[in-house]
Amino acid sequence: MTRKSRRLWLVGGCLIGLGTATALTLSAFSSNIVFFMAPSQVHAHPPAADRTIRLGGMVVAGSVRQQKNGDTPVNQFNVTDGQDAVTVRYEGILPDLFREGQSVVAIGTVLADGSFRASEVLAKHDETYMPKEVAEALRRSGKWDPRYGKAPDAASWNAMTTSATGQDKAASQHGS
Amino acid sequence: MTPELGNFALALACCLAAGQAVLPMVGARRRDPRLMALAPALAIGQLLALLYSFACLIHSAIQDDFSVQNVAANSAVAKPLLYKITGVWGNHEGSVLLWALILGLCGGAVALFGRDLPSALRARVIAVLGGVSAGFQLFCLTTSNPFDRVWPAPMDGQGMNPLLQDPGLAFHPPILYTGYVGFAVPFAFAVAALIEGRVDAAWGRWVRPWAVAAWCFLTCGIALGSWWSYYVLGWGGYWFWDPVENASLIPWLTGTALVHSAIVVEKREALKIWTVLLAIGTFSFSLSGTFLVRSGILNSVHAFANDPARGIFILGLLGLVIGGSLLLFAIRAPQLAAGGVFAPVSREGLLVLNNILLCSICAVVLTGTMYPPFMSLLFGKTISVGKPFFDATAAPMAIPLMAFMGLGPMMPWKRAQLWPVLRRLWWAGAVTVLAFAFAAWRVRDLLPLLAATGAVWVIASSIADIAERIRLFRIPVGASWQRARMLPRAALGAALAHAGVGVSVLGLAAMSQAQHRIVEVHIGQTEMLAGDSWTLTEVRAAPGPNYTALIATIEVRHDGHLVTVLHPAKRTFASQNQTTTEVAIHTNLMSDLYGVLGDRHDNGAETTYVLRLHYNPLAPWMWLGGLIMALGGVLSLSDRRMRVGAPRRAAAAGLVATS
Repeated sequence: MTRKSRRLWLVGGCLIGLGTATALTLSAFSSNIVFFMAPSQVHAHPPAADRTIRLGGMVVAGSVRQQKNGDTPVNQFNVTDGQDAVTVRYEGILPDLFREGQSVVAIGTVLADGSFRASEVLAKHDETYMPKEVAEALRRSGKWDPRYGKAPDAASWNAMTTSATGQDKAASQHGS
Repeated sequence: MTPELGNFALALACCLAAGQAVLPMVGARRRDPRLMALAPALAIGQLLALLYSFACLIHSAIQDDFSVQNVAANSAVAKPLLYKITGVWGNHEGSVLLWALILGLCGGAVALFGRDLPSALRARVIAVLGGVSAGFQLFCLTTSNPFDRVWPAPMDGQGMNPLLQDPGLAFHPPILYTGYVGFAVPFAFAVAALIEGRVDAAWGRWVRPWAVAAWCFLTCGIALGSWWSYYVLGWGGYWFWDPVENASLIPWLTGTALVHSAIVVEKREALKIWTVLLAIGTFSFSLSGTFLVRSGILNSVHAFANDPARGIFILGLLGLVIGGSLLLFAIRAPQLAAGGVFAPVSREGLLVLNNILLCSICAVVLTGTMYPPFMSLLFGKTISVGKPFFDATAAPMAIPLMAFMGLGPMMPWKRAQLWPVLRRLWWAGAVTVLAFAFAAWRVRDLLPLLAATGAVWVIASSIADIAERIRLFRIPVGASWQRARMLPRAALGAALAHAGVGVSVLGLAAMSQAQHRIVEVHIGQTEMLAGDSWTLTEVRAAPGPNYTALIATIEVRHDGHLVTVLHPAKRTFASQNQTTTEVAIHTNLMSDLYGVLGDRHDNGAETTYVLRLHYNPLAPWMWLGGLIMALGGVLSLSDRRMRVGAPRRAAAAGLVATS
């Protein structure tokens, strides 16, 4: 075994290893990337039924219901970005920090009837903290711009209509 | 007064570290023995100052000195004493100080245990460690000083996040940090070797114990973190492919590659440049891991600091350490003499394959972790990459890795034949085929099936390796025992560590078959899961030291026999207005019964409770395997070869002009 042929083997081995890694990564990227969507985006461009997405927004105050499917409890609540709301169904225990009127991220698929079936619901460890992606979605929906101060009271989101603005005092007091 | 003393000690340590970075380096260059002899003294002095500083911070926390901002923000009078102490490193400032302290301990350890090293190499290694220390301590002093005072001092502190109030999490950060920071020593050896311009077998032998020790701590730290999320977060999950978890997995993968490639340097003087690069890369990933956590670039449940000034400081520090060492590598690496030659089928060949596969897995995990933040930074798209991605990419590459792991330790060096090795492994192969048949009967999914088979193969071939070395059943048992006692501990340790990987992977594969049910029941109702009947018999309220708890009693029966009584609970912490879930776990080492108490519903006359019940086969094996791996590392560290009579440099062979 000469030095040159050893080098050839090494380079070949590295190429095979990295090639496999690249191929696996690309194929996994095409099917396994999870996009974040706000409720209004879900309504505008509903994703395919087998596509997992992250749905984020505020939990509409007063929309949380518990139902039973046999012995299994099903939680139902609406998630809004101030423009549109999506009904989420989740079989399981809601996280300790899940609250009405606070931000939430649900992972799951959109069903044919437009509702969302969540396989996982995330609420952040800190109740004053809003996930970056949710804050961004709210800014895009035109309800709140970080340049103009703090986020409005979370409980007010469900009371807003498309015409109302984030600075609308009447709207923000309505929900709280 | 105590916090000021601590602050002063920290500043003193920083000055000593700066001196440690410069003076021995100059001494090694000028061949001045007096300057070189300063290195250990400065390292020990820095360590003592840091220990004093850390003790001051702990003292302030125990004394409830709420005039210290850090204590006021993270502690409270009502907090139990253990968590007052461990809470010191449960926040950003304290954890940076802990990080600096562990780096100081590494420098002190090299100063104490590195007496056999040539004085110039030792001076350079300690100098490099001093430079990194100085950077981190400056970061601590300027942007995240744990001794900052607050005025007026509050009457009581804000308390700690109840989730962190847990013995597992209390000891997880020190162990994980020791793993991260421990790789600073191989890094310092690599940089020193580049400055010196020579890497030889003796260098490989010196660097390996440090790499193995750091690897053991990192393995334990990762296992402990995974176990914590399993029993605290209450989702029945053990690994979430969270960016912070990946940040610890990436250096573990390259560190594992380093531990293996250093063997080739030691035995065969090959792969020298590659090993130096791995040593630099592993510590760079460790540093970036901290950076990613601290700066909050990666959105994660773990992040507790989102401060841009800190981010920029850390980014500069990272650029200096990583960029500087890579620049040095680019300039000096081509001058390193090429090493021994070997055939593709040989121990070296398989170790190279191990390195290629580990680094490919590392590249995939790195891509999956970094892709979302880069997409959002460059294109403003919010995406995430989760478990399905990593399952589809990392797992398929881990299976060939396990297949070759069984062959490696039995392969002769330099040039080997595949057939004799396979013939010696025949019974391990037979066991593997049987395991495959059994698993194929029980498991339908391809990936867990292959993983379980691979795990059995790894365990069986590790046993076969040792059995072969002591000629078990081919010579009298007494003679075998004699051989076993003479066996180098390193060989035993390697076999044990490999078997540990197998045990962990078996646990992971079996966990893919876990079952769970979420049920809403009233008191006295019985539900079936995995052949057991679970009955909720009682739910009662109980007060705790700084919370109130709701405790359920669940009786689990199998064929009418009582298996266990579980007490899952929910705790409500009034001071933080937060609830935590206390999971109840019953384990018999073959499976876990895992119960979680959820919401309470009052619908009319009847009160019902939501329960989440899990049956997790072989769950404890995942962490047990990590412990076995670390034990294997400790066993090979205790090898005489690692300590005694080792360090003799080859006289002139492979000598490159030392500038």
